[in-house]
Amino acid sequence: MTTYDLTRTPLREVNQALHAPGLSGEIVIAGPQGAHSVAVGLDAPVKVTIQGHCGYYAAGMNKQAEVTIEGNAGTGVAENMMSGVVHVTGSASQSAGATGRGGLLVIGGDAGARCGISMKGIDIVVGGDTGHMTAFMAQAGRLVVRGDAGDALGDSIYETRIYLRGTARSLGADCVEKEMRPEHLEELEGLLKAAGYPDDDPASYKRFGSARTLYHFHADNSY
Amino acid sequence: MCGIVGLHLRNPELYPRLGELLTGMLCEMEDRGSDSAGVSVYGDPRWSPAGTCSVSLLEVADDLAAVETRVSEVLGSPVTATRLDRTYVLTATVELDELVHASRAAYPDALVAGFGHDLTVLKGVGSPRDLAESWGLAQAQGWQGVGHTRMATESAVTPSGAHPYAVGPDQCLVHNGSFSNHATIRRDLVRDGVVFDSENDTEVGARFVAHRLSGGAGVDEALTDLTTTFDGFYTLLVSNRDSFAVVRDAIACKPAIIAETDDWVAMASEFRALAHLPGVEKAKLWEPEPEVVYHWARQEVPA
Repeated sequence: MTTYDLTRTPLREVNQALHAPGLSGEIVIAGPQGAHSVAVGLDAPVKVTIQGHCGYYAAGMNKQAEVTIEGNAGTGVAENMMSGVVHVTGSASQSAGATGRGGLLVIGGDAGARCGISMKGIDIVVGGDTGHMTAFMAQAGRLVVRGDAGDALGDSIYETRIYLRGTARSLGADCVEKEMRPEHLEELEGLLKAAGYPDDDPASYKRFGSARTLYHFHADNSY
Repeated sequence: MCGIVGLHLRNPELYPRLGELLTGMLCEMEDRGSDSAGVSVYGDPRWSPAGTCSVSLLEVADDLAAVETRVSEVLGSPVTATRLDRTYVLTATVELDELVHASRAAYPDALVAGFGHDLTVLKGVGSPRDLAESWGLAQAQGWQGVGHTRMATESAVTPSGAHPYAVGPDQCLVHNGSFSNHATIRRDLVRDGVVFDSENDTEVGARFVAHRLSGGAGVDEALTDLTTTFDGFYTLLVSNRDSFAVVRDAIACKPAIIAETDDWVAMASEFRALAHLPGVEKAKLWEPEPEVVYHWARQEVPA
């Protein structure tokens, strides 16, 4: 196991070490103190543990790696993730998992505004509540919220499937509640299990998605 | 971008460390804006001694002795001046209004950066680190401090364009973001007799709040009015002689984090500006909700 301390080693040096060819094993990063871009751009089957709160874009663009942030994450955690797992034990700021294409993002606490904005295939599981405009323009992937969602959930959503256990303060444009069919219960069960919430009853969730009325130009929508 | 920081101390044992802690917060936000910076310090015993009132003046060409003499003459009462980089802090044992009027009369072209019984405002053009050093900020003491690092977007890089905007007695406002309908609101305020120092959008916000407070509104009411009147992006930290408040716009894309312990309440654009505060590892940490006014009152306000 390799350990870096960001209070002693410059961030760029640590990130460059994490980009070394053929990287494997377990890595611990101590002392992030809210720094930006910690453990970004990983592309190796490694386990990385960050001991403390991170700033913007933590574990962004992740591929393959399993990154755990023991604390809170700033704006854009795991943005544009391709594969692997990013687990935030605390809460995450706005735009968590933005534009992510694959992998699993788990946020143990709450997520801020615009969680999953423009997500394109990533799976996101939020242990607590999410802020306003969650899954704004979300295109693909699955988003699970174990608590409540803020205003305008799923505004202008495409084909992401949202599973919500609590209530949404309001639904965004073109987002509607949909029937929970057996395949959805099965899909949700798998996501909850993967995220470490195997005891949740999938039947206690509701599904939301696109009404698909914004897909094509409609004369009544013009000004 | 811009960075904002604020620290409201509850535990008097920390008052001697206010300047040191605020300096750390301000300098950590340097890469969110390094073209200007400013701070407001509440309760420094050297800059605003108990029993006096003070005015912070910028853009004064005279030297220290000449400033003391000239304002004392106009006031008809002795004035003590301190120079901190380019800011002159004038104190006197008169009514606050009298000192403000005498300062303006003596130096009509100067910028009144702040005034009050408890408040010192220091601001200038340059990097936050250099400015903090030139003010001796790390040695400051007090019970509350606010800071701002500016990346100018809405008006020129000048001392009058730097934050804080401290346009009412012991009031101070710092802003991260930009107001989009400030010109309209400025015209309305001018019609009500409000006078402006700059073309800056944030000054309109500060004048709006000061105007509401002078009209009898409380901080919560004034800031709620602001959310329904102003359009644009903003995270605001609004402080007063007895309060510390935070509010964000409905979109809430300008960052903000609040930390609270028994000993202090702190707010910053980013967590890293709070990472050095004593006891932060046990603080309650959260992001303020859009259009919710968060307001802390000073627990013990000395008479």
